[in-house]
Amino acid sequence: MLMKLTGGKIYDPAHGIDGEVRDIYVRDGRIVERPTDVKFDQEIDVRGKVVMAGAIDMHTHIGGGKVNIARTMLPEDHAADVVARTELMRSGCGHAAPSTLTAGYRYAEMGYTAGFEPAILPINARQAHMEMHDTPIIDKGGYVMLGSDDFLLRMMAANNDQEAINNYVAWTMNHSHAIGVKVVNPGGINAFKFNQRKLDLDEKNHYYGVTPREILLRLARAVKELGVPHPLHVHGCNLGVPGNLDTTINTMEGIEGLPMHMTHIQFHSYGTEGDFKFSSGSAQIAEQINKHKNITVDVGQILFGQTVTASGDNMRQHAAHPHAHPNKWVCMDIECDAGCGVLPFKYKDQSYVNALQWMIGLETFLMVDDPWRVFLTTDHPNGAPFTSYPHLIKLLMDKTFRNDVLSQLHPEAQKASHLASLDREYTLYEIAIMTRAGAAKLVGLADRGHLGVGGAADITVYTDNPDREKMFTTPDYVFKDGNMVVKDGHLIDVTWGTTHVVKPNYDISIEKQLKPYFDRYHTQKMGNFKISDDEISDDGRGSITVQPLLLGAKYDY
Amino acid sequence: MTEMTEPGIWQEVPSPFCGIASDDLVIKVDGNDVTILENGDDITKAGFETAITDLSPRFNGRDVSLDEAVSHAAQLIRDAKQPVIGGLATDLNGCRAAMALADKSRATVDNMDSTATFRNLLVLQDTGWMTTTLTEVRNRVDVLLVVGTDIESDFPRFYERMVWNKESMFNQDIESRQVIYLGKTPSGDASTSPKGKKAQVLACDDADLPEVLSVLRALIKGKLIQAKQVGGLAVSDLEALAETLKQAKYSVVTWSAGNLDFDHAETSVQMICELVKDLNLKTRSSGLPLGGRDGAMTANQVSAWQSGYPMRTNFSRGFPDYDPYLSDSNRMLVNGEVDTLVWVSSFNVQRTPPQSLAKTIVIGRSGMTFEQEPEVFIPVGVPGIDHVGRTFRLDSVVSIPLRKLRDSGLPSTHDVLTAIENAL
Ligand SMILES: [Zn+2]
Repeated sequence: MLMKLTGGKIYDPAHGIDGEVRDIYVRDGRIVERPTDVKFDQEIDVRGKVVMAGAIDMHTHIGGGKVNIARTMLPEDHAADVVARTELMRSGCGHAAPSTLTAGYRYAEMGYTAGFEPAILPINARQAHMEMHDTPIIDKGGYVMLGSDDFLLRMMAANNDQEAINNYVAWTMNHSHAIGVKVVNPGGINAFKFNQRKLDLDEKNHYYGVTPREILLRLARAVKELGVPHPLHVHGCNLGVPGNLDTTINTMEGIEGLPMHMTHIQFHSYGTEGDFKFSSGSAQIAEQINKHKNITVDVGQILFGQTVTASGDNMRQHAAHPHAHPNKWVCMDIECDAGCGVLPFKYKDQSYVNALQWMIGLETFLMVDDPWRVFLTTDHPNGAPFTSYPHLIKLLMDKTFRNDVLSQLHPEAQKASHLASLDREYTLYEIAIMTRAGAAKLVGLADRGHLGVGGAADITVYTDNPDREKMFTTPDYVFKDGNMVVKDGHLIDVTWGTTHVVKPNYDISIEKQLKPYFDRYHTQKMGNFKISDDEISDDGRGSITVQPLLLGAKYDY
Repeated sequence: MTEMTEPGIWQEVPSPFCGIASDDLVIKVDGNDVTILENGDDITKAGFETAITDLSPRFNGRDVSLDEAVSHAAQLIRDAKQPVIGGLATDLNGCRAAMALADKSRATVDNMDSTATFRNLLVLQDTGWMTTTLTEVRNRVDVLLVVGTDIESDFPRFYERMVWNKESMFNQDIESRQVIYLGKTPSGDASTSPKGKKAQVLACDDADLPEVLSVLRALIKGKLIQAKQVGGLAVSDLEALAETLKQAKYSVVTWSAGNLDFDHAETSVQMICELVKDLNLKTRSSGLPLGGRDGAMTANQVSAWQSGYPMRTNFSRGFPDYDPYLSDSNRMLVNGEVDTLVWVSSFNVQRTPPQSLAKTIVIGRSGMTFEQEPEVFIPVGVPGIDHVGRTFRLDSVVSIPLRKLRDSGLPSTHDVLTAIENAL
């Protein structure tokens, strides 16, 4: 099967291509050199159209226990947003917490071809993969959550060397089929089980005597030494707490230059100035990001309306429960491994705090200089559902539109922000960096997010519409591994993506520690905790793609 | 990992039957005969050791090939105006196939234990809760309050695995753990500590639990109670209980919704969940809903991620339509609203379809007998004995990989339901 996309304007930042007119050739799901034979099975005229790689959502809560709690607890979220079955598609529903099938279809229709679940509890990884398995079209993968698990904290309290911790991290990544490692409120979920209600960067866990700073350093070092391309993915301390910007800056400085991704940075960029004792810290945060080249961030933009927040951070979710809207919420302690908290939430444009959160997110986008180090997320569904990305892109690309929206928000919040004075408008090339090339590089996907020869033919074609929201809502074509899955914004084929993982090496001796630990304290055997490759491929439509480790990793067994 | 260590002997076999997913069973397999050698109990023995009888599907009582049975089943579903896929006691892939079939045939899905499960789900959807999972209980519980439930009759190994384990990760003196029953009295001695300390029992009738729980919650919140007695219990005893819970560092309040078998028991579950939230303003406390035997959690989980809703969802309009009252399959069957029932029951031969006027297709564990022969019966294998699978345990967090232990030739529920879907 040979296909030619003729004459599109190509935006491929991985190869420095910024709107040049070129042809693209696809054979058997891969992008190839211009072939010598010129008989094409299919030629598609995309002259005048914008061509990018398929978009990659590097942080989206699409599968796993807390997402399914959100679905189950929110029938009212779904009732107004039902999707009927068609010849092609299964039925489904959901606005903030869509069913897996609907989520996959919607992502594809928006030109996205991959999404990564950022909070896979090791003990719940099997479920996360089950749900992602039932998410059509897009590729998927996830970051396994460590940092509040008792095994790690025991190792740290016992002063195990870095080598042992690396082994444990690699073992966990392999057996939960992860592509990255996430920390959520480092040690805080664990401390909450000992009734600690907050945990600052240098505050000790009452039982283990270990601090968040130490946890971050150990895990960031492990990820680096194992050669995992995705830097340690950090949901920091004190999420949502006014004044947390100091902790956030300390966290960046405290990581000693190791690669670190700080997620939904918007929720960690708050000062305490003004009458409301709540102010924007985005200028200081952006300055620090610009200064520290080892740091990447995604924004976690909030947008107005009803959504649900689903987080591993049960300490902070519990503290936030008076804000649940509607008034129902779940917090769980989970398996000496982690926890979770689920709170429905409504962001209101006439709330000072919510309006300022909106501004803080946009300020961060506009003040971080390097689009390779800032990523477009709403922390779906925590800030807003992923279906609002085209609207967010328009806010970034269109200053007039942005300031029109801004002018309608809480007046005191407008006074507290200098957003109106920021003139920057993102270019298509920068959007392509944030949502494609940069995201692929950050996640560690060698063959995705670019249009170079050898890359997977995940391609999105748009009509260059000055209304960027319209443009990014309904692409003309979406190709997944070379198959046309969307035409004129509508799904025309359903395929099943792969699961991306890395497999860092480890010394099997770690099981000498783990097996008795499971036997003595757990309610599942170590062997039954491990997820086999067969479980991922399952009925045959799943598959595993092992992405390469970074060169120069410490362990080349 | 579940593995064969010597011919016919399997170690670390997980149980899909018992809700707590014990996975330390040692099992002997000889041909089609399965025997638990170690760590069995009444529930898992029945689950693993029930013999295979039928190998052949039946249509109107006569043996037919699997293909014929499938095409008869498909015909019945095609002709149905209001089909129900009920029972739904099966593994992950069985549930996936059932959801696909329901979507295509515009059926209603429901699980055989929904009446109990919904006492909890209605609370989750109304006010939410704070809960914990089994390993946390095993390592942290200092006070266990058991409400209206006789744990050991339904979960025989709960105490052995979660309360009277040898050691806790946090150097807790296991003997110091306190077990308190409120409502039902324990039927045996499982709740008695290794050194013989018996559980404290504050006995009352089920019918009095709503009132007793609301007084307990009021006391936890520091409200003054004028009455001296409630539900036959001294308020001073409840005051002491409230104080014990407030002083505890990690209390766990547990109940089995199946045991709270009275009208509007969901309001009592809600009272439990709200008092747990109240305790958490100062100390830590968690709810622990027991249940999840025979795949009940699996059915609700798969339904929730594939349709957005748990059980009791109807696809007759072409999209998922959730109504815990209207789509209660028991109610629908009693009212004669169902013309065709697909009854899926791959774990327990006792769980046969309820009597009804509906034409019935049973996808059931081999060994089932019927008072009323269904139109179609397709005997299937058991997940975790006859084929691989996965199932969720009661806390909906941990799922277990089930292995194939014998080669009976029985098809899986997934294969049968998928064949029916393809034949529609
Ligand atoms: Zn997130």
